[in-house]
Amino acid sequence: MSETGIGARVKRVEDQRFLTGQGNYTDDINRPNQTYAHILRSPHAHARIRSLDTAEAAASAGVVAVFTGKDIADSGVGGLPCGWQIHSKDGSPMAEPAHPMLVADKVRHVGDQVAMVIAETRDQARDAAEKIVVDYEALPSVTATDVAIKDGAPLVHDEVALNTCYDWELGDKAATEAGFANAAHVVKVDVVNNRIIPNAMEPRVALGDYDGSTGDYTLFTTSQNPHVIRLLMGAFVLQIPEHKLRVMAPDVGGGFGSKIFHYAEEALVTWAARKLGRPVKWTSDRSEAFMTDAHGRDHRTHAELAIDGDGKFLALRVSTLANMGAYLSTFATSIPTYLSATLLAGVYTTPAIYSEVRAVFTNTVPVDAVRGAGRPETTYMLERLVDQAAKQTGIDRAELRRRNFIQPEQMPYQTPVALQYDVGDYPAVFEAGLAAADYSGFAGRKAETESRGKLRGLGISTYIEACGIAPSAVAGALGARAGLYESAQVRVHPTGSVTLFTGSHSHGQGHETTFAQVVSEMLGVPFESVDVSHGDTAKVQFGMGTYGSRSLAVGGSAIYKACEKIIDKATKIAAHILEASEADIEFKDGNFTVAGTDKSMAFGEVALAAYVPHNFPHETLEPGLDENAFYDPLNFSFPSGCHICEVEVDPETGVVDVAKFTAVDDIGRVVNPMIVEGQVHGGVVHGIGQALLEGCKYDENGQLLTGSYMDYTMPRADDMPFITVEQKSVMGASNPLEVKGVGEVGAIGSPPAVINAVVDALGPLGVSDVAMPATPMTVWQAIQEAQAH
Amino acid sequence: MTAIAVAATINGEATSFLCEAEETLLDALRDRLGLTGAKEGCGTGDCGACSVVLDGRLVCSCLVLGAEAEGREVETIEGMALGDHLHPLQQKFLDHAALQCGVCTPGFLVAAKALLDQNPSPTEEEVRFGLAGNLCRCTGYDKIVRAVMDAAESMRDGR
Repeated sequence: MSETGIGARVKRVEDQRFLTGQGNYTDDINRPNQTYAHILRSPHAHARIRSLDTAEAAASAGVVAVFTGKDIADSGVGGLPCGWQIHSKDGSPMAEPAHPMLVADKVRHVGDQVAMVIAETRDQARDAAEKIVVDYEALPSVTATDVAIKDGAPLVHDEVALNTCYDWELGDKAATEAGFANAAHVVKVDVVNNRIIPNAMEPRVALGDYDGSTGDYTLFTTSQNPHVIRLLMGAFVLQIPEHKLRVMAPDVGGGFGSKIFHYAEEALVTWAARKLGRPVKWTSDRSEAFMTDAHGRDHRTHAELAIDGDGKFLALRVSTLANMGAYLSTFATSIPTYLSATLLAGVYTTPAIYSEVRAVFTNTVPVDAVRGAGRPETTYMLERLVDQAAKQTGIDRAELRRRNFIQPEQMPYQTPVALQYDVGDYPAVFEAGLAAADYSGFAGRKAETESRGKLRGLGISTYIEACGIAPSAVAGALGARAGLYESAQVRVHPTGSVTLFTGSHSHGQGHETTFAQVVSEMLGVPFESVDVSHGDTAKVQFGMGTYGSRSLAVGGSAIYKACEKIIDKATKIAAHILEASEADIEFKDGNFTVAGTDKSMAFGEVALAAYVPHNFPHETLEPGLDENAFYDPLNFSFPSGCHICEVEVDPETGVVDVAKFTAVDDIGRVVNPMIVEGQVHGGVVHGIGQALLEGCKYDENGQLLTGSYMDYTMPRADDMPFITVEQKSVMGASNPLEVKGVGEVGAIGSPPAVINAVVDALGPLGVSDVAMPATPMTVWQAIQEAQAH
Repeated sequence: MTAIAVAATINGEATSFLCEAEETLLDALRDRLGLTGAKEGCGTGDCGACSVVLDGRLVCSCLVLGAEAEGREVETIEGMALGDHLHPLQQKFLDHAALQCGVCTPGFLVAAKALLDQNPSPTEEEVRFGLAGNLCRCTGYDKIVRAVMDAAESMRDGR
């Protein structure tokens, strides 16, 4: 391994600009003659707009224009599209109500966009928006899924009966019922996967521009996937052909899913820039981020597990209510179905599984992917269920898991819920997790904690994740309205330096470093000679973007393929110049050598020759060294892991302190261990946040109560311990780099480990379940209730 | 509205700028002076992304008016490195990969420097409490805390 190749702890090249305050984020960008947009938002969860008067606002100081839902409707532009169609059990397509950029008739959640004011300054736009008079007829609202599906519940969309978007199923119901008929034990849990708010630290920003002399549109936006935004906004909303629309997502300050989606503000500023002939900039404030960035999770699940007398899992049946919010966000519909139910086998051999999911509209912010997206929901339910099963059967929780693991020799393993796992060694990862966490030393630590008057618990979770999203054929068959490949272009310059153009997008993942390591390793060029370009549709040919831990598995594979094409072409050139046959040329460590001779050319010499083709046979050899590749994955990749959490609970106050956290993950090949550790740390803390601190709350009128950092508790440095991170990598993943994905593992594995630990700690007090987030109040109440019985 | 003329020392240099009476120091730094390292993460003093040092005291620049900088010294992330030579905190953040998306990083560095100016030998717990006013969604704080402790050690050793 070289000091900068695959596997090296290379320092991140992007950090110099971030450390010195020179990052170039969307809000740092301004255009000449720029105007500022402010969006007037609904204060009601559900209301009909009787009338709307913008006259005073339009006449206010500095105001350039005021646009309403009627203006949008009259202009003939489309609504925001949903990218994944689900069909119900009966074969009918999901309900897909319109999602307008500005609403004209009825608002459906607090924060729904009603009008856009554009002015010379941001303050002028904001002040003028307050002068818009909207006569709302408030309507009864509904925010909870279990209430929304009842007869007589308020209808979010008048045409969608029982607020049901779809009622979907997966798995063999008869085989599952048969499993239950033979069960020695049936274990049941009801779990709520709490709604969380993503909170990337950079709020969303969109800056639209239009050049009347060329007819070219430009949008700068905080996106994880600028090409997807260009496609959705250009083709479906504003009807702008791709060659006239440039979308740039420069430095982006975190995404966590929330910046995948096409949001109304992106289309609004682009549309308005054309109308006004001036750039239009919109910057979300944090309050808007809380009430407009797509939220995550919000699943209520009932699950039952059938177990035989030896502790073997026989069958699993699961019923979930999934909150979609008021409208369908870009990938919302796929989260509880194809990203969640397909992983219900987990790492276990459960032979029969049946799952049904009912997706429900409510008067809340749209719900979509947040770090893990469907996988955390499934893992949390499963691992709570397995711990409950251990309690009910009397089998030790580690032993029960061991009895049910899929064994490495069973690979490839076809689950009963569609996926086929390619490689993995779950028993080995599990034992490595127990060892790293000093599982056998827990009793001693528990005694020490108890000597201080506190309780100590240990929680285990295992998980599997499907990353490397996704084989287009599979995704298409399941309702995706897009292919999920990735592109790369490797451009070798005449003196041998390289620019890599990637369709993946880095917003914290460190692609500029990791991808350069891959190119450097493959082409044998110095790491410093490789630049990575991303985030600009005018530079990068195409891209499906970064989410679902797909960048290295899919985007990296495209890079691998493009590098192979470069090597092929360079081999042809070297063969020509060295007067040898192509078959005799060996490429190693950046040198092309005629086998068995000392005749050799360095990569840089071949590059120069490619651009100075003085004696090329032009019929068979083109000048230049620049190759494109698209890579469509053969299968998902399947990271897995074992996370172990130890908590200390103060029984007097209910305060939970994470005393120790260990994550052992199989993520396949590691390109940069330093970056991998950071990804796991961040994910684990995100998951601990969900388990202990973060919970989105609405009141009975649909008002968002957790709309600021004073009300929504983010994990802070003083809430967290150092985290032990190890890898137990199993090679052989179905992509050329044998990588699996790491961005979400922490957020998937950690919540059940934390809650299992809290329940373990409180077991002696008679507590058998604690809801997320396990705040001091929740824990204290659980203790009081258990003691009262 | 009449713009107010403000004269302040910013990163050691005498600087004057105009700002509106209601304009925050954060907006003045970003929009008037092109110092965009400080970010608005919340605008309510809860996230620390806009941290600067005002007369030796760590503040959220979103909670300070631009006009309040009159006659005072402001230190921002842009003044932390000496030319191409990174401050030890910046260097240790780089060495540990203690940042990911980078948007909260300037605030963390400014806050960490303010912490070490007050307490050159903080314990892990003191670092965690000292940085509890800064939110980061990417890193889980692990590498940030390690980098700050490592920087403190190297600064004490005069390296």
